[in-house]
Amino acid sequence: MNLKRISFSLLLLGTLSGCGYIKPIKPWVKPYERQNIADPIMSFSRDPISDSYLSHVRDAREGASGADGGAGGGCGCN
Amino acid sequence: MRVKAPVVQMAVQEAVVVVINQLKKIKLVYVGMRAAVIGAAIFISIGIVSVNATVLPDERVDLLGHVYDGGGIQVSGPSVLVRKNIGGVVSVSGHYYVDMVSSASIDVQYSKSAQDLISGASKYSEERLEKNISVEYIHDRSTFNLGYTTSEENDYNSKTYNFGVSQSFFGDLTTLSFGLGFGQDLVGKNQNGKPDPAFRVLEKDRRKYTLGLSQIITKNLIADLSIDAGSDHCTNPLENDSCLNNPQRQVRYVSNSAKGFDWQAEKYPLTHNTDAIGLRAIYHLPYRASIRADIRRFTDNWGVEAKNAELRYTQEVYKDVLVEVKYRVYSQTAADFYSDLFPYRDAQDFLARDKELSQFSSQSIGLGVTYKMPWAIPGFDKSTANFYWDHMKIDYDNFHDFNNFMKEGGFEEGDENLYSLDADVIRFYLSFWF
Repeated sequence: MNLKRISFSLLLLGTLSGCGYIKPIKPWVKPYERQNIADPIMSFSRDPISDSYLSHVRDAREGASGADGGAGGGCGCN
Repeated sequence: MRVKAPVVQMAVQEAVVVVINQLKKIKLVYVGMRAAVIGAAIFISIGIVSVNATVLPDERVDLLGHVYDGGGIQVSGPSVLVRKNIGGVVSVSGHYYVDMVSSASIDVQYSKSAQDLISGASKYSEERLEKNISVEYIHDRSTFNLGYTTSEENDYNSKTYNFGVSQSFFGDLTTLSFGLGFGQDLVGKNQNGKPDPAFRVLEKDRRKYTLGLSQIITKNLIADLSIDAGSDHCTNPLENDSCLNNPQRQVRYVSNSAKGFDWQAEKYPLTHNTDAIGLRAIYHLPYRASIRADIRRFTDNWGVEAKNAELRYTQEVYKDVLVEVKYRVYSQTAADFYSDLFPYRDAQDFLARDKELSQFSSQSIGLGVTYKMPWAIPGFDKSTANFYWDHMKIDYDNFHDFNNFMKEGGFEEGDENLYSLDADVIRFYLSFWF
């Protein structure tokens, strides 16, 4: 139900935008405004070797895995 | 002629109407197509991986030492990552990783024969070696990557192939990515540290599909949505043997024996399908600090439902010193076929006593420091020394502390204290950019 509502809302938004009722959306963060975004402390994986290890530990200790940015591999965790 | 004039006029009017209608139709089609494309673009923008997908990753070398100590297990080893760019459009990386494991997990250790329990012969040590090579290629605003990973143990070998593509658009505010992973594993069984000749090696195929969308929301906020779907299945199953469980582990069931229970082999399904969705966001504070939040939900066809949330704070405390603090909670339900103590032998079609399939919750805290070295090392632009410590506490809701039961006695089978686990995870690494 929620998915239908979201899909309908997106389609309506897209249609209104396409018909000119809504001004086309333009990128609202300009390149010269991305100083903070480019800061290493804003990276989801600042040090891949470290994140990869912690992800491996969690995969071994928990039943869940995936959707954490890791590529995944055969760790023999069964 | 005067009679024909209205006819001609009508014909012309009809022709004009037809042309206008056709134009309207064409315009409608055009408008419809435009709306569909824009709608699709907006729809895609809801979905996400790397914010700077069209920029090659940094050239760097990382040397890491890691230690895991918890639940009677010590795992340690080195890891090395080298990443080098070639010609401005290609990045090649190699990763080498070693796990040296000192002991088996409690659910494996105490599920072996009573003789093993008394003699302590179930203790063992083993080593896992993982190697990876990846290539990334950039074309315009698209990134393509290929990866190959091998993992070798004396009773478990695997190969994994990964392919991914990502595309940034909308002024590079949005990056859409798709990934595919394919793996082949060989599952063996050890006996006294050597391959068991009586055990036929089982083969496992793994598939993983990932979809990601990364979005710069404001000049201080980035969000990232990931959706994963995975499937593992056995390709050469034997009766009662599945490649998805540890052949060493057994389940216990109530019996008329002197100790009140006995052991039998685990029985697992032949397929395991998983779905996970994760949402992450990171926000730059007015000073040089960021706060990050992660949430994830996971389900599988074994009845496990898990969720976790994490909050992370990173700040520059002095010049060249970054400090990180984090807190994470995790909880999951048990698999449908999990039990710590089955009522009798062969009580179900599938039987598991893997504590990672039990119901439990955990909390973790983490502290980390990154120090940028002030001196220049010849050949490198920047160097850092990093120390990160995580402490995990896991409380199991239906996995009992069989260890204490064996040592102290006095418990009825199945009424032992619930098991809990404290673990420390340490990472120390040096990173060099060039």
